[in-house]
Amino acid sequence: MRPVYMVSGGITKFAKAHPEKDFRLMVKEAYDYTLHDVPRLSKDMIDGAVGSYFSDHFTRQLKAASMVQDYLGLCPKPSKRVEGGGATGGLCFQSAWEAVASGRMNCCLAFGFETMSRVNTWKGNEFIALASDTNFDFPVGGFYSGYYAMMVQRHMYEFGTTVEQMAMVSVKNHANALHNPYAQKAKRLTIKQVRESPMVATPLTMEDICTMSDGAAVCLLASEELAGKVCARPVKITGVGSGSDAMRMADRPHGKVILLPHERESDYSHLKYPGVHSFRGGRMAAKLAYEMAGIRDPLEELSFVELHDAYTSSEIQTYEDLGLCRYGEGGRFVESGIPFLPGLDYGLELPKQGQFPVNPSGGLLACGHPVGATGLMQAVFAFWQLQGTIGQHLHDEKLQVRNAKRGLIHSHAGTGTYITASILEAT
Amino acid sequence: MDKGTVLYGVDPLILLDHYEIDYHHSYAQDSPFFVGLTKGQLLGSRCTVCGYTYATPRAHCMGCGAATSWLALPLSGLVHTFTTCHYGGEAFLKETPFTLILVEFDGADTLFLSRLKGIRPDAVRIGLPVIARFAKAPAFKVTDVWFEPADQA
Repeated sequence: MRPVYMVSGGITKFAKAHPEKDFRLMVKEAYDYTLHDVPRLSKDMIDGAVGSYFSDHFTRQLKAASMVQDYLGLCPKPSKRVEGGGATGGLCFQSAWEAVASGRMNCCLAFGFETMSRVNTWKGNEFIALASDTNFDFPVGGFYSGYYAMMVQRHMYEFGTTVEQMAMVSVKNHANALHNPYAQKAKRLTIKQVRESPMVATPLTMEDICTMSDGAAVCLLASEELAGKVCARPVKITGVGSGSDAMRMADRPHGKVILLPHERESDYSHLKYPGVHSFRGGRMAAKLAYEMAGIRDPLEELSFVELHDAYTSSEIQTYEDLGLCRYGEGGRFVESGIPFLPGLDYGLELPKQGQFPVNPSGGLLACGHPVGATGLMQAVFAFWQLQGTIGQHLHDEKLQVRNAKRGLIHSHAGTGTYITASILEAT
Repeated sequence: MDKGTVLYGVDPLILLDHYEIDYHHSYAQDSPFFVGLTKGQLLGSRCTVCGYTYATPRAHCMGCGAATSWLALPLSGLVHTFTTCHYGGEAFLKETPFTLILVEFDGADTLFLSRLKGIRPDAVRIGLPVIARFAKAPAFKVTDVWFEPADQA
């Protein structure tokens, strides 16, 4: 394998609906932004593309990635579509990485989109629930918010996690997004407002859950030689990992924790793992990515994380899977203030505020979740962080993580059925 | 019946686009589970090699890959976790609020997803003893079984 660099990226404004633009035009906007940022790279240097969108139901157009390929003028170059539920974007990013790492391409475009506004929210929830077992899970009342609610009820039972700790994730991510013009749902919230918003599936309220969105995102990956020619500040992809788990949550084992280098078996002598409270696919993804990047203690060696916070509860669960804290400590981790940004006023008492920002962009909770674009959106935000160009692209410096050296992006599908972790480093 | 074209907007042009389809859906190797529900049986799967026991139908073991055999699960268990859904997918909106549970059984290594009925949502707790109930007129769906609190039996 040879080194791979990200050289540019672009995002459309995520919104509830973009009826004036179809998916081709949304991707085109993000693509044009991407090319504009690397003027020394011309279209003929792009060797091929990987497209990412989740749902044929939402799109009602099979092989939609082919229509993007021709709209962007990339025919007859190589093209394919990657699909893996909520992790579609993360898988697409890693597929483009594989194309360059293998030597098959010197420059690969990764593009992703989703157009979720074409049906009402509850039909949309039904479409998403079709990504659970349609014989055994969906007919019972298939509803992803219900599945995540059951997981966090068990997390609360095992570890004492509280709804107020979950609400703090919502306060953090929505407030971060006040400085992100790409975000769909930026706002100042209090813990009380999160808890008093309409109950969706106990204990998750509307403000614990991300929204549906229309949007697109694009990343451009390149070999070392090409990256050096076209980009003043390329970002190196130093680790990729992914993992999986059984489709039916009910089928998950209750065994031993998959340990990271900084953990010991004695940390978890009584924990039955992963059960339904943890994502072993996420732990596997992190373990593989850390091994490739040579990371032994993520909290010490990373500068920030952009993770898949479709739910406030899954952000807490994911702190633990990624080893930012031990299993069971996720609630106290957010309560301490560690994953908040420094220098922002959240209206909360945060003793360790800003030590390790998680979702400085606002995450899925505030940016929105146009599924096929989401994992690529995280890559673009991480890329700008590591270039130190957040101020230039967001027209606001507040979200720039100071001295950002190394970041992790985490993309997550289903109830943890596909998960990716990728590590990016400043050069 | 052709109802003509329904327009929601003209700039951009937005119209109603209907889509509907019937499938010939086979439960294939999982069929005995659904037949079992019509006889008041809850069938799980036990690996014929390693003995790992699933509270769901699974013709081959996830661990060792060997064939499983059917076994009758107990008709009582404990609530492993729960939620009450106040919203849902469109197909289930009219049934809200409804309570989902994962059930744990003596002698099974994994869980079973079902509805819990006959209890106030705020009375549900982890560890609550529950018993299986079966539909008198089966629809050959996993919802032919649901659970109720054991103390109401």
